[in-house]
Amino acid sequence: MGEITEPVVKLEDGVRLIPGANALLGPLNKLVNWGRAGSIWPVTFGLACCAIEMMDAGASTNDLDRFGILFRASPRQADCMVVAGTLTKKMAPVLRRVYDQMPEPRYVLAMGSCACSGGVFETYAVTQGVDQIIPVDVYVPGCPPRPEALMEGFIKLQEKILKEQFRWSQWR
Amino acid sequence: MESMAIADRLQAQFPDEILRRHVFQGQVGVSIRPARVVEILRWLRDGDALQMNHLRSLCGVDNGRRKDPELARFEVVYHLYSIVLRHEIRIRVQVAEKEPAVDSIVALWAGANWLERETFDLMGIRFNGHPDLRRILLPEDWKGHPLRKEYPLKGKEEWSGMTELLAKIKELDTFGFQPTDAASGQTEPGQEKQS
Repeated sequence: MGEITEPVVKLEDGVRLIPGANALLGPLNKLVNWGRAGSIWPVTFGLACCAIEMMDAGASTNDLDRFGILFRASPRQADCMVVAGTLTKKMAPVLRRVYDQMPEPRYVLAMGSCACSGGVFETYAVTQGVDQIIPVDVYVPGCPPRPEALMEGFIKLQEKILKEQFRWSQWR
Repeated sequence: MESMAIADRLQAQFPDEILRRHVFQGQVGVSIRPARVVEILRWLRDGDALQMNHLRSLCGVDNGRRKDPELARFEVVYHLYSIVLRHEIRIRVQVAEKEPAVDSIVALWAGANWLERETFDLMGIRFNGHPDLRRILLPEDWKGHPLRKEYPLKGKEEWSGMTELLAKIKELDTFGFQPTDAASGQTEPGQEKQS
């Protein structure tokens, strides 16, 4: 059997690269989380003016693509949902349905005051925060949040993903 | 033509229907009785001198908290514009509080269809002869008309669709993935079930 002659490179705590074998060695948690954090594909759920800022964050100046964040038009290809804007009660069942169509692992980023808490619309027609309808991982406040704030939210989500342990099950 | 001149012509043509004129910041509004609204608007639209062929907007107003005693509880406001002659006027139809209703003008402008539905949806003013008077913005099983002054800001009760959804979410959440700090669905080595 061949002997490893080249040195083992330590990438970070617990993850090593074996150049001769062209292999990574490390705990599955770390490898999976690294892959997930670097390829957040959000499904867009633009509901109001926040959606304009979300588009701006994806465009060339701010460029979410460099984080591996590519917007998808289908919930079945996405693992994160950006709820950008005011969620009315009439729209709430639709939001829940889109969320239910996303495969695990799935994350939700509530963008803007309205999505976080209902904002100024404390009225008969508006849900007081999307967390009534779906579980939310990251709240980005602002009215609307600047693209930098949305990016900060995505970085927080990446940090959260990197800390996860065993986020998989025998079915998924 | 100046808006005031249009109001003069309207006054001359329908002296019994005109209640009063309102002038604010150079804009002229004419209050009229509801009975002959279709006839009046048709005259404004089709007359060669006026040719008010464009319905700019149609909406309802609730005067419930206004002090002016001459105004009826509800109004339906029509903004008319002549694309040919570039003049405009505002028509304010006074509608009584009890079972408010106006004749529909969908026969004159097809675009009034959804505007009348919106006015019905939010103010509860009915439009006689409308081809399809349903709610347009709110869910179909909504109770009440939210832009009326007596309607509380947060509503009187929760919309039934929302309570159904919240109950459904409780059920759906039991099937959801529960992230834990242990390997879910996996067993410790040596603890596997023998099957």
